[in-house]
Amino acid sequence: MPVIKKLWAKNKYAIFFLSPWFVGVMVFGAIPMLVSLYLSFTNYDLIQNRTWVGTANYAEMFLDDARYKKAVMVTLKYVFFGVPLVLAFSLSVALLLNRGIRGLSVYRAVYYIPSLLGGSVAIAILWRQVFGRDGLFNQVLAVFGIEGTSWISNPSYALYTLIALKVWQFGSPMVIFLAGLRQIPRDVYESSSIDGAGKIQQFFTITLPLLTPIIFFNMVMQMINAFQAFTQAYVIGGGSGGPLDSILFYTLYLYQKAFQEFQMGYASAMAWMLLAIIAVCTAVLFLTAKKWVYYES
Amino acid sequence: MPYRKSRSKWMIYVIVTAFALVMIYPLLWMISSSFKPQSIIFRDMGLWPTSFTLENYKAGWRGVSGISFTTFYINTLMIVALAIIGNILTCSMAAYAFSRIDFTLKKTLFAAMLATIMLPYHVVLIPQYMIFHQLGWINTYYPLIVPKFLATDAFFIFLMVQFIRGLPQELDQAAIVDGCNPIQIYKRITLPLLQPALVTTSIFTFIWTWNDFFSQLIYISTPRLFTISLGLRMFLDSEGTSNWGSMFAMSTLSLVPVFLFFIFFQRLIIDGISTSGLKG
Repeated sequence: MPVIKKLWAKNKYAIFFLSPWFVGVMVFGAIPMLVSLYLSFTNYDLIQNRTWVGTANYAEMFLDDARYKKAVMVTLKYVFFGVPLVLAFSLSVALLLNRGIRGLSVYRAVYYIPSLLGGSVAIAILWRQVFGRDGLFNQVLAVFGIEGTSWISNPSYALYTLIALKVWQFGSPMVIFLAGLRQIPRDVYESSSIDGAGKIQQFFTITLPLLTPIIFFNMVMQMINAFQAFTQAYVIGGGSGGPLDSILFYTLYLYQKAFQEFQMGYASAMAWMLLAIIAVCTAVLFLTAKKWVYYES
Repeated sequence: MPYRKSRSKWMIYVIVTAFALVMIYPLLWMISSSFKPQSIIFRDMGLWPTSFTLENYKAGWRGVSGISFTTFYINTLMIVALAIIGNILTCSMAAYAFSRIDFTLKKTLFAAMLATIMLPYHVVLIPQYMIFHQLGWINTYYPLIVPKFLATDAFFIFLMVQFIRGLPQELDQAAIVDGCNPIQIYKRITLPLLQPALVTTSIFTFIWTWNDFFSQLIYISTPRLFTISLGLRMFLDSEGTSNWGSMFAMSTLSLVPVFLFFIFFQRLIIDGISTSGLKG
């Protein structure tokens, strides 16, 4: 067995160092992935036997389940409003902060803090109050003589309070933008102003093109995260999906199916659809990237 | 020209300051409201409490049905501490292998590791739950801790690989000449030099575990085992909207550790996000 001996001699240290990771990626990654794909074609409630149902779960999702459609629509709306707004705010504030102002680190910290805390239950609780009937937001509106409603319990507005919460956390992409802006060499601007380019022209011919890889990175990361948002909708809607399911996020519905109704097969099918949706959206972004993302070559 | 320039600069200060105040106002208002008597919270949008009380904190800390926030804090700190140890140990081992050792299928395994970073948790959620269910680990901390000892937070492996690749190879080579094997090199050279990345890993493990809600919600159901996130949720359910003062007091307290971490490690956190796109 010289081959095995040779393989062992070459790999024994790698095996030592990688074994925890390898066990982890197998037991908690690869195998569960395949199992959940299999489960998505079954009915399974964790106690009784699994029954193979073919594509019935997927058919139900697409054809019969009105709440599933609602969850997809709510989530898509959240992603398509939330992500561009986050990018717009983070880029605008980063550009302002990059104009050589004093106390940059203080401003950066203040803008970043919501990102740090925003995912917590505590902030969701705060949000529930801020946009409640007697909440802070309505108190501010009252100063201008506007009488507000209970934004959280109004099905037309509830999702927008969550989008606002998402936008409130623009600090972390902003920090990445700031780092990217610093990478742009000064002399590019200097030589272009010698050539007679104005500030606005410089923004569109230098700053923006050189930032496109970072805009793209932030866009992909924000989108992937937004599709998986859970905690805020759960806490604000009391675990239900909110008024008329108006904040029934995809993952929240998946949670209800799996851990309240114990439809593990259906929930697995939902998980694989989520993966497919995210993969398709990411692929589309990558395809469009060729048109607008600038790569130095 | 200089006049116009200074005026436009002045405008920028006004805009970024005003906007920062709007952003941070809800947080400051929550903190201030936590010191206001319950009766005036909804009538007072100012930051300075017109009458000051600690009653919200005293009442809130008592928690729900005889379980105080002391329990929730101890539980959370324990989980966080073990998660940090697990991540530091096993992620650094994997990172060392990926960056310093040559082995069969290295490229394939490295690509697999990167792919797991992007993988939505939900795709593995239910089978993982079934495994823990089979093991009888539901309603224990094992599902929250054991995966950390198996380097499942692949992001930190990636972070450390990047860091180790930036370290000079000469030290390793000198150690090999002196007869060190890779395990000794890892222990005596790489691990000490890796310290900044280990600190970053600890900070983010702390923040994410502290703020985590989803996995704790799924696996823990006994109030005595609740973490801060679950404790706050239970508190909200039982007090409803009747006791905002105590809700705000406990919410504020729950944010303090993360906030302090940020104050002390601001540089490392900002660098971590800037260089690797860590989500904050």
